[in-house]
Parts: sequence; C-alpha cells; structure tokens
Amino acid sequence: MTGDPLYLDGVDLVDVSIMAVKVLVAFTFLLVATMFMVWFERKLISDMQNRIGPNVAGPWGLLQTFADGVKFFFKEDLRPENADPLVFRLAPYISAVTAFLSFAVVPIGGSFGGGSSGTVTIFGRETYLQVADPPIGILFLLAMSSIAVYGVMLAGWASGSKYPLIGSVRASAQAISYEAALGMATVVVVVLAGTLSTHGIVAAQSGGFTRWFLVSSGIVPFIVFLIAATAELNRPPFDLVEAEQELVGGFHTEYSSIRFALFFLAEFMNVITMSAIMVTLFFGGPAGPIFFGMTWFWPTIWFLLKVLAFLFVFVWFRATLPRLRYDQLMHLGWKLLIPLILFWLMFISLKELRATYDWNWVVTYGAAFVALAIGGSLLVAALRAGDRAYQEELEEV
Amino acid sequence: MGYLNGFKVTFLKLFEERVTTEYPKEKRPKPARFHGRHVLNRYEDGMEKCIGCELCAGVCPAKCIYVRGADNPEAAPVSPGERYGYVYEINYLRCIHCDLCVEACPTEAITESKLFEFSFTNRADAIYTKAELVVDDEGLPQRQPWELWHDGDDLATSGWMRATASSGNPDYQNRISWSGELGYGVRDPEIGQHLSNVRDEADVPEGQYPSADSGDHH
Ligand code: SF4
Ligand code: SF4
Repeated sequence: MTGDPLYLDGVDLVDVSIMAVKVLVAFTFLLVATMFMVWFERKLISDMQNRIGPNVAGPWGLLQTFADGVKFFFKEDLRPENADPLVFRLAPYISAVTAFLSFAVVPIGGSFGGGSSGTVTIFGRETYLQVADPPIGILFLLAMSSIAVYGVMLAGWASGSKYPLIGSVRASAQAISYEAALGMATVVVVVLAGTLSTHGIVAAQSGGFTRWFLVSSGIVPFIVFLIAATAELNRPPFDLVEAEQELVGGFHTEYSSIRFALFFLAEFMNVITMSAIMVTLFFGGPAGPIFFGMTWFWPTIWFLLKVLAFLFVFVWFRATLPRLRYDQLMHLGWKLLIPLILFWLMFISLKELRATYDWNWVVTYGAAFVALAIGGSLLVAALRAGDRAYQEELEEV
Repeated sequence: MGYLNGFKVTFLKLFEERVTTEYPKEKRPKPARFHGRHVLNRYEDGMEKCIGCELCAGVCPAKCIYVRGADNPEAAPVSPGERYGYVYEINYLRCIHCDLCVEACPTEAITESKLFEFSFTNRADAIYTKAELVVDDEGLPQRQPWELWHDGDDLATSGWMRATASSGNPDYQNRISWSGELGYGVRDPEIGQHLSNVRDEADVPEGQYPSADSGDHH
C-alpha cells in the first residue's frame, strides 16, 4: 500500500485542484445526504407507525429538512445565563466537524479487483475515490468518533443546567463502554486485512462475496460492531443521552437555533458515516458486480445502496426497540459484547498467526481452548460474584 | 429469538394502511352534539329569536357574553315580543364551549354550531358581534375570514339545543320540543333521542330513531 497515487509524482496545481474538487464533492454530498437522511428517517418511521410523515414541503415532503434548516437559521439563539460562553459555543462545532472529517477516509467508489486497485482517472491523473487515504485511516476513524463524544460532553457540561449534564455524563460513560467493543471489532478486521488504511481494507476484500470480512471474520464482529455503533451514535435503543422522557432533550436541551441544528446535523451525518464505515469494514466497500463496463459508475452505486440498507436498519431499530435501562446498557456492553469480542479477537489473531508461521494445529487450538476455558470460567465467576453483591446491596436498601 | 419478532411487526407495518387524517385538508366527522362556535337563530319568518333577556350572560361560567336588550321598534320589530337583543357579543378567547348559555336560553335563540377552527390574529376578531353571530337569510352561519370551513361544516348548528330544550309546557314534564328555524323549519331530533317527545312520528325517516312505544318516559 503506497497511498493515493495522485501524489506519487510530486504535487502540482492539477493535483491540488482535484483534491479541492474531491473535498467539495464530499462535503456537498454529505450535506445533501444528511438532508435526505432526516427526511428518510421521518418518512420511514412514520411508515412503520401507520402514519404518513412529512408530505407538505416539496414532492413527498422531500424539502422538509431544508425548510427546517431555514427555520433554524432565523430562530433566536439563546444562551443560558449559567452557561460557559466559550465552551457552549464550541461544542456544536466539535460535533459537526468530526462528523464531516470521519467521512473523508471512506472510499466511496473505484473498481477493486481484476488487477485494478480502486483508482479512477480524472484529468489524466490516477486517484482514489476518497478524500484522503492516510495509512492510519482506521485509527483516524476511532479518534474522530472519540472526539465527537467531547462535543456531546462539553455541550452538556457547559449548558449550566442539570438535564444536559446528566445527559452528557451518560454519553461519556456509554461512549467509553462501547468504544472498547467497537474498537476491538475493528481490530479483528485490521488483523484480517493486515493494514490500517481504509483503502487497503477494501482492497483486501475484493474478489467476491466470500472475501468480505462479514463472512471471513465470522459475522460476530459485525454484529458486535453494529450494536456498538448504534450505541456510539446514541441512537435508539441506546439513546439514553437524550431520553426525552427523563432528560427533556438530554445534552442539547439548552441549545436553540443554528447551534441545535448543528447537533442535529452531526447526529444524522454520523449515522451516514457509521453506515459507510460498516460497509467499508465488513461489506467490501464499493464492491459489486459491474455491468455495461461503466467501471467508475457501478462501484459508487453499490456503495450507496449498501449504505442505504444500513440507514434503513438504523431506522428499523428505532421503530422497533424500546430504550434500554441504564444498567441494561452497561450490562450488555461490559458483560456481553466486550468478553465476546475479546475471545473472537483472540481466536482470529491466533488463526492468522498460525497461518503465517505455520504453527501446529493441535497445539495452537489446544492452547487457545485452554485459555478460553480458564478465561471464560473466571469471567463467569466474576460476573456471578458481581451479581450477588448487587443483589445483596439491593436487599439492604 | 423473541427479540426479533418485533422487527417483523414494524416491517409489516410498511405495507399497512395509514391511519392519518390529513387534517386541514380533510376533517373527521363531528358528533351530532359537538360544541362549536355559536349562532343566533331566527324564526322561519326571519324574526330573530333573541329577546335580550340576558339569561345566557348570567349563566355563562366564563363571563364571556355581553348582552344589552332594547324595546322592539314598533314599525319594524326585530323579534316577536317586547324586546330584542340590541347588543350581543361573545368573546371566544374566554368561551369554554360548555353550552350552558344554550340550555339557559328560553327562546332557543343561541345554539352552538360545529365550527371551531378560528385563527384570528387580534383580540377584536376574537369577539364575535351580533352581526357576525346571527344566521343569514338561509339560516346558515356567516363565514368569518379567519374560520376554516369545509363543505357541510355549517349545516348542523343546533344539535345540543335539540337534545336539551324543555318544551315550557308544564303538562309535558320531561318532554322536549323546539321551535322552527329559518331555512329548516322544525328540525329532526338527533340520534338517540326519544321521538315521542317531539312531534308526529310519521315525519321521521324509517328506522332512524326509537319508536314511541319503546319509550319509558313519564
Ligand atoms: S358556551 Fe359556556 S362559556 Fe361559552 S358563551 Fe356559552 S355559557 Fe359562556
Ligand atoms: S340568547 Fe337567549 S338567553 Fe341570551 S339574551 Fe337572547 S334570548 Fe336571552
């Protein structure tokens, strides 16, 4: 992996313009996609509740989000007296900017496999269809999703009001808990692909459905990733951060006008980005059959379709699952997802190591089984003890 | 896998019929005795029913009716009788649509229509004057520019009155009856109301109301 071929022969004006166009296209695409995502979610959730949903602004209500956005711009921008002026203003931008940045490393097109390495040719230059391909793309994604939590946390803390504070405390605890599972599910993919670059990961999955990491990592990491991503996005059933019934609006209770709109934007943009990341990590990114020889066109279409499928899934979650209680959330994260993905990570790493160094089958998996048995029983014992202590505590109260 | 059944339920909803009534475009039918805004009725000969007695103003719990009576001008009387409602105003920022005024009125002058969708933008519009409340020459309410009307919304304007009006005749205890209205004559009773109290059964459509024999009044 040598990174984007655009920069191989030095950087001149054409390269810079191509880069600028890419940034612009990605930015616009993401904004427009977010706009339609909001519409899509509202329409779909109402379809799932026997309602009609937005249908007045534009055909099928398509311009509803646009109308809402315009309205937000003209609303009064309130700041509570107790709020920390600087941080209060900064927080929405942290959320929105990180939401934009994560998308930069996602490859949204380009034909992989069959000898080509996912490049397209623009103005006679070969380049990847992604804004940037840093060698540490995955780390960058994880970093951005962690920084995004700061947006939520600082918003709640700086509001100078109790509900946002509770919301943001929940947000940070939830993010810490699920980031571990999310990160380890990603590591499984990284171990399989042998690279941290998103482009490399997609390239490693080229060559048919069975090479998608969904299959070759054995579905479990994907399921863990999906659940952890839902929690990371603070979407139902993990939306304790903004549980309306308990916390008014959660961390954004005190926000109004365009600052609120930024949070809203970031939230939906994150859903799109997270879907795109899942497609990249587990579903071969833009991989898919190519018809009529339009090699640059089909991969992007496949990518968009896959992302759309995930957006549907996220809305479906919201329509179906009731919100978890806080202890259930922690239980699921710490006692189920993290041990599960830990064992899975160990297993996959061992498998890869064995293949690389040609270790003995029996010894390798025998040792693994022993380790698993010891670790597993220790864990179960620990969980039991924890539960007992908790029950005793409950009885004392 | 009980968890996953829920997903099936929500997914199948996608193909079900929608229950939404697209409200300002369409309205659900209203109950026969719905309490909307008032109208001041007139007799079949065009005379106003209101005699300016102020009973409605007295009974109103929200104190939102203002009435002033005056002697009927002899040359051109407004109502049959000595006096008529000279000023009549209802403040819809205060009215709670309890219909006590309708029950109090001795002449069935004031009744409530099915209209309730106002979007006035100032206090003056919220106060309906007599000129706005009194029915037009067809016996229909007058449309104000800030009211949302659909076809037929203006038709049933006296359901509650016909359910409660006492006949005034002491021989007819527990019986109700009502006078004619401009444009309608004597209107039919509402669903569920005993017909023997009212008028000749022969006038009433077959099967619509319980017959006189099944009554357990008196
Ligand atoms: S309906 Fe009730 S509140 Fe309204 S004017 Fe009549 S008595 Fe007053
Ligand atoms: S509406 Fe009826 S109760 Fe009110 S003043 Fe007129 S006659 Fe009297």
